[in-house]
Amino acid sequence: MSAQLLQFLLSGLTVGAIYALVALGFAIIYNASHVINFAQGEFVMIGGMATVSFIDAGLPLPLSIVLAVGAAALVGLLLEKLAIEPARNASVVTLIIITIGASILLRGLASLAWDKKIHALPAFSGEAPIALGGATLLPQTLWVLGVAAVVLALLWWFFNRTLTGSAILAVSHNRLAAQLMGVSVRRVLLVSFGLSAALGALAGILIAPITFTSWDVGVMLGLKGFAAAILGGLGSGPGAVVGGLALGMIESLGAGYLSSAYKDVFAFLIILAALVVLPNGLFGRRTSERV
Amino acid sequence: MVLRLALLALAATLGFSVQAQPIRIGAFLAVTGPAAFLGDPEQKTLELYVEKTNAAGGVLGRKLELVSYDSAGDAEKARTYARRLIEQDRVDVIVGGSTTGETMAVVPLAEAAGMPFISLAGAVVIVEPVKKWVFKTPHTDRMACEKIFVDMRARGATRAALISGSGGFDKSMRAECLKVAGKHGVSIVADETYGAGDTDMTAQLTKIKNAAGVQAVLNAGFGQGPAIVTKNYRQLGIAVPLYQSHGVASKQFVKLAGDAAEGVRLPAAALLVAETLPDADAQKKVVVDYKRAYEARFRQEVSTFGGHAYDGLMLALEAMRRAGSTEKAKVRDALESIRGYMGTAGAVNMSAQDHMGLDLTAFRMLEVRQGDWQLVKPGH
Repeated sequence: MSAQLLQFLLSGLTVGAIYALVALGFAIIYNASHVINFAQGEFVMIGGMATVSFIDAGLPLPLSIVLAVGAAALVGLLLEKLAIEPARNASVVTLIIITIGASILLRGLASLAWDKKIHALPAFSGEAPIALGGATLLPQTLWVLGVAAVVLALLWWFFNRTLTGSAILAVSHNRLAAQLMGVSVRRVLLVSFGLSAALGALAGILIAPITFTSWDVGVMLGLKGFAAAILGGLGSGPGAVVGGLALGMIESLGAGYLSSAYKDVFAFLIILAALVVLPNGLFGRRTSERV
Repeated sequence: MVLRLALLALAATLGFSVQAQPIRIGAFLAVTGPAAFLGDPEQKTLELYVEKTNAAGGVLGRKLELVSYDSAGDAEKARTYARRLIEQDRVDVIVGGSTTGETMAVVPLAEAAGMPFISLAGAVVIVEPVKKWVFKTPHTDRMACEKIFVDMRARGATRAALISGSGGFDKSMRAECLKVAGKHGVSIVADETYGAGDTDMTAQLTKIKNAAGVQAVLNAGFGQGPAIVTKNYRQLGIAVPLYQSHGVASKQFVKLAGDAAEGVRLPAAALLVAETLPDADAQKKVVVDYKRAYEARFRQEVSTFGGHAYDGLMLALEAMRRAGSTEKAKVRDALESIRGYMGTAGAVNMSAQDHMGLDLTAFRMLEVRQGDWQLVKPGH
């Protein structure tokens, strides 16, 4: 394998791991409510920006990370409580539109509360590139990949081995039946918003040393994360990760071997193709509507 | 009433100054919105120097009055406000237009009304072709390209790779660089681009690294992109010199790119290195004075954009002094005849063919050394 190809693959891995983490957040809320939360990118932004301001306030990095994830989870809970819950009888489309509104609001608030500058976080374990057969990789990429793997394992455990997790899955399968079994749909929604906000924030913190962070970083990351989630199959954890990595690879190989000007075009073309051939994504549940 | 008017007319014809009307300086600036980083320091600068000029007795024995509107970077709003400045506020000169879009929307109005208009926006199209009533103070991206190519040649590089973003600034600079590269004996052997929200440019840089005979790389970019490019550049261990554009000539870029920024060169206005200029430098006094006045008043770092507003106002006042009046046609002619004026952007030599009046000396080539800017001595 040529060093050039290897470098393209490693670049794809870096970008793909970022998309994968963002996509996981989409999966959780979709599972619980069938809502695509377009404010997911803003959770990513809040994680990065809050960490930057905690560090500027003199706190150590680990504490800043914990506080920022907590702050984002709180924003997620508030979003559910103040915007989604009052409209719980509305259609899914209405809820999705509410999340779009929330994303614009959160972006505006962030630009006022913080500033419109671009900020950087220090890399967790140095910036000396790791050489690998003529290509290079940043240590931070390993952090992103490692945490994505751990998060995936934790999510599997949460959804399959805990009562709350099972309740979320139950609601996603059949809302009415779950409700009749005594599952509080309201609580399930609250937990899933808090959880995906925390996850989004974690993603935002991990990637900030690579991509930097600013008040509007959530727009493009949210879009790419959404694309990755679609590609992998909405609502599937492993699907989100595979979708993210695949999207990163496609972009990187496209930019490397074809033309960098059309990098995003390749990515979205593949997604369109996937939607036509595999409407449920690579890992999505095969569902059929009963008429 | 009639009597008063008659008296006024009499006084005016006899050359009496009844009660000197203030000179009205009109401005429309992107004080808020996405281009606020331009408009905000511009607005502050105009306020500060109108105040200072008035404290020193004004111009032609008359006080200045600033009439300023916030266009929020919107060309449509800029047009509306410019019309109001011309028709209702009856200003004597317009200094403003933070962005090229706003400026170009107002150009037809200024031309039709015969209003001296000094723009604070960057693109070449504002003064090329020359428009009778329109001038501008900032240097252009074409000049930045030329400054970089001259420096490349001085270091023996003739084959350069270009990597640019997809924003308006990036695209315009890329086009200008491609246009003037040949003139300076530099051939562009690779031309890569990246998107606005891109998080990793190693794929594009790997292509550049493997392109045959690249001797220098130029990144035409704005925002966080150039900082990511710089980091990726070091990650891949590319050895040839890296040039950034004047678009990231701020401490923020050095902070974001960190150690990776070491050795990066970029062209910038003298204002950025005001204090480190040698004392013999003719521009030192004006940039240091402006920097100190601005920073003392607003407690924030000076930016080149505020400097453009300073130059715009000072050129307008200089033209009025030379014309001995605020009569628009005379002020315009005086503006066109200004030579040897030293501003924050450099020495200004206007002419009928050049309504910007700057040359390549307006830019200083800087190199990042130990996290700070250092002037590159010519020929090094």
